[in-house]
Amino acid sequence: MSYLAGKELRIVGFLCNWCSYGGADTAGVGRFKQPTDLRIIRVPCSGRVNPLFVVKALLNGADGVLVSGCHPRDCHYSDGNFYARRRLEMLKRLLPFLGIDERRFHYTWVSASEGARWKNVVTDFTKAIHELGPFHQKEEKTECS
Amino acid sequence: MRVGVFICHCGNNIAGTVEVAKVAEAARMMPGVAFATTYMYTCSEPGQEEIKEAIKREKLDRVVVAACSPRMHEVTFRRTVEKTGLNRYFFEMANIREHCSWIGEDKELNTNKAIEAIKLAVEKAKQNKPLFPAKFKINKRVLVIGGGVAGMQAALDCADGGLDVVLVEKSPSVGGMMARLDKTFPTVDCSICILGPKMVDVSQHEKINLYAYSEIEEIKGYVGNYQIKIRKKATYVDWSKCTGCGACIEKCPSRNAFDYFNFGVAPARAINIPFPQAIPKKAKIDAQFCRQFIKGKCGVCAKFCPVGAINYEMKDEIVTEDVGAIIVASGYGLIDLDKLPEYGGGRYPDVISGIQYERILNASGPTSGHIERPSDHAEPKTIVFVSCAGSRDKSIGIPYCSNFCCMYIAKQAILTKDHIPDSRSYVFYMDIRSPGKGYDEFTRRAQEEYGVQYIRGRVSRIYPKGKKMIVKGADTLLGTQVEIEADLVVLATAVTATTDARTLAEKLHISYDPHGFYVESHPKLRPVETNTSGVFLAGACQGPKDIPASVGQGSAAAAKVLSIFSKDTLESDPQIARVNTNICVGCRKCIGTCPFGAIEEQQLRDGRIIANVIETVCAGCGICNSTCPCGAIQLQHFTDNQLLAEVNALCLT
Ligand SMILES: Cc1cc2nc3c(=O)[nH]c(=O)nc-3n(C[C@H](O)[C@H](O)[C@H](O)COP(=O)(O)OP(=O)(O)OC[C@H]3O[C@@H](n4cnc5c(N)ncnc54)[C@H](O)[C@@H]3O)c2cc1C
Ligand code: SF4
Ligand code: SF4
Repeated sequence: MSYLAGKELRIVGFLCNWCSYGGADTAGVGRFKQPTDLRIIRVPCSGRVNPLFVVKALLNGADGVLVSGCHPRDCHYSDGNFYARRRLEMLKRLLPFLGIDERRFHYTWVSASEGARWKNVVTDFTKAIHELGPFHQKEEKTECS
Repeated sequence: MRVGVFICHCGNNIAGTVEVAKVAEAARMMPGVAFATTYMYTCSEPGQEEIKEAIKREKLDRVVVAACSPRMHEVTFRRTVEKTGLNRYFFEMANIREHCSWIGEDKELNTNKAIEAIKLAVEKAKQNKPLFPAKFKINKRVLVIGGGVAGMQAALDCADGGLDVVLVEKSPSVGGMMARLDKTFPTVDCSICILGPKMVDVSQHEKINLYAYSEIEEIKGYVGNYQIKIRKKATYVDWSKCTGCGACIEKCPSRNAFDYFNFGVAPARAINIPFPQAIPKKAKIDAQFCRQFIKGKCGVCAKFCPVGAINYEMKDEIVTEDVGAIIVASGYGLIDLDKLPEYGGGRYPDVISGIQYERILNASGPTSGHIERPSDHAEPKTIVFVSCAGSRDKSIGIPYCSNFCCMYIAKQAILTKDHIPDSRSYVFYMDIRSPGKGYDEFTRRAQEEYGVQYIRGRVSRIYPKGKKMIVKGADTLLGTQVEIEADLVVLATAVTATTDARTLAEKLHISYDPHGFYVESHPKLRPVETNTSGVFLAGACQGPKDIPASVGQGSAAAAKVLSIFSKDTLESDPQIARVNTNICVGCRKCIGTCPFGAIEEQQLRDGRIIANVIETVCAGCGICNSTCPCGAIQLQHFTDNQLLAEVNALCLT
């Protein structure tokens, strides 16, 4: 099943169970309308997100990838999001070397009570990806290519 | 593999914006799916029966329910599936309500999104392996943090239920804010008269071990087995000797210490007992005001103490306690007066806070219950109360209602009239919020029986003129400006989280909202649980609430603890990391990253040293999984293969 050509782009989100997945739920309960492009994969902690998952998603057809965890110091597993931050920041710098515009990848923090913030994160990121357009790896112009 | 997919209409919640029939049709085409259907309310009893029957009839070995958030009903459906003999981890959920039908406006796009969410869940389910929980023993002792009315109620209920209770209170006495109040709405009961006996019970209960003037230093472990480090702060008085006679206080020459208990209404001595009914009734020295500490000489209290309890050399002491569950009841704080400059807060002595006024009204307070204003100790005749001082004010980051101020203002206005019959009270308010039982009647009584003047409108400015405070504001009902010459102004200062609420949350691994109040597991259905199993909430630490609500939560949290302790063992969550001994190269990277110290070295019979996960300690974050360079350590139910199956379901199309 392919996404509806023209209307949507493929955006994959990795959300930690305790904060951001809950924040997305809160947004839903509050009926905060959002663009529909995002597909969500639930992980226990943002620290579980292997940067390679992000790369795999992008190389296999995603146009954008979003990772969201608990706010620093509010991690359900104490330090998980600090590990995530270090790894994902590294990844962000590495993406151009793989021929991927780093703006296609974004990581952020949203707590379970921040429904309105989640709506904004989704809306802004979706908009940014639509501005970049569909991802065709060979054509992507990065600073390194 | 035979996957069954059950798509929920959720009444109109999902079916209203998602074409569920079309979703089912698409699901039937997915590889591995043997059966797909829709149902009005899948979580209802007949809905769950339908799943069970279909599992048997269609010989399903994997089940996907597409409905609300798994945070809502995953546990319910896992149980359903398990009843048919399937392993509960063969179940997956697709969130097509919170993440789809409720947030997308286009039916076609929503329908497509729901189909893809199911596809993802189906691919994940196909990768799922059966998992089995282990059993472990629980330590049936409970830690209660905070000895306010909520914490005391929780401690007493647990203790009466037969549990050993460790109660840790930060300040020198239990009682919390309620111990400071004069009377309580809506009955005008004497606060300490109803609280005092509870405080005594706490101190005398053989099952309660009270650590006053102590704080939580460190928390390790998990539900059933926590190790707590408690810092007993130095009081410089040996409490095993102190009899609370007060001889030291009388003689202490440092008379300008800050009085925390009275919110600075009157000065305290450097050595003090916070209030006459304090539990424990023991003295402590505030080193920052004590001459012995500041100047290195004084020693008066040591000389006059009849039992030789004073010890200037005392140091903080760390003690450890092992418990199986934790109730957090650390209460609330109040915004500082000087954060409210538009009301003259912190600038004029006769502009005070509600809690300070409560101390002035209190017979055991610094004025012995005679109402006098701070500047000249005169009895005020005209008193203005300002509600929502800081509350419901986005500009200072407090958009919420402080919950109980409307009620205590009415109470204080009534008490003022009782104390000074020829006084006049005015209340500036935005709305009167009095939704509790007997509450509206109470605020009406203030107006009708006690003649308190309620003015609907905001105060724009408060400034001094001679001996008076001029309060300028609008009466929005009459559409006029009002100006009142007041003798005393009482601000209902906004309720905030305590200053250390966030640090404590971090030690407990529980979440807090942007204001620092603790987040419950579900706002309606799990109001005293947190997302960390074994940690419960009670009272105003979760959000501003009055005494009846705090007490109710204290009892509720105690009931929750008693219920988990009703068994001797708990099931551990099998969603933990496991090491594949054939792949692990013993690099020890995972050992260094695990935040819980759950990984140890293990020597195999052939001499190789590899990693080993301690089952009961692993919290299941999967940080090690993303660290391991060989993929040797895998978080069960969230393995690399399982997550990549989800990625591929979305991308490789
Ligand atoms: C002016 C005023 C008047 C009021 N009048 C009424 C009334 O008439 N009727 C009514 O129903 N309600 C009234 N209230 C509300 C009432 O005070 C609260 O409902 C009640 O105190 C909440 O109880 P609690 O136990 O949750 O919190 P608290 O009373 O705040 O108790 C919390 C306790 O935890 C301790 N603590 C905090 N942090 C830690 C930590 N990190 N470690 C260990 N211990 C910690 C504190 O020292 C304190 O003892 C009034 C409030 C104010 C401000
Ligand atoms: S990181 Fe992987 S390879 Fe290294 S010790 Fe841990 S499990 Fe073994
Ligand atoms: S999943 Fe790994 S890092 Fe997380 S607690 Fe378990 S062993 Fe430690």
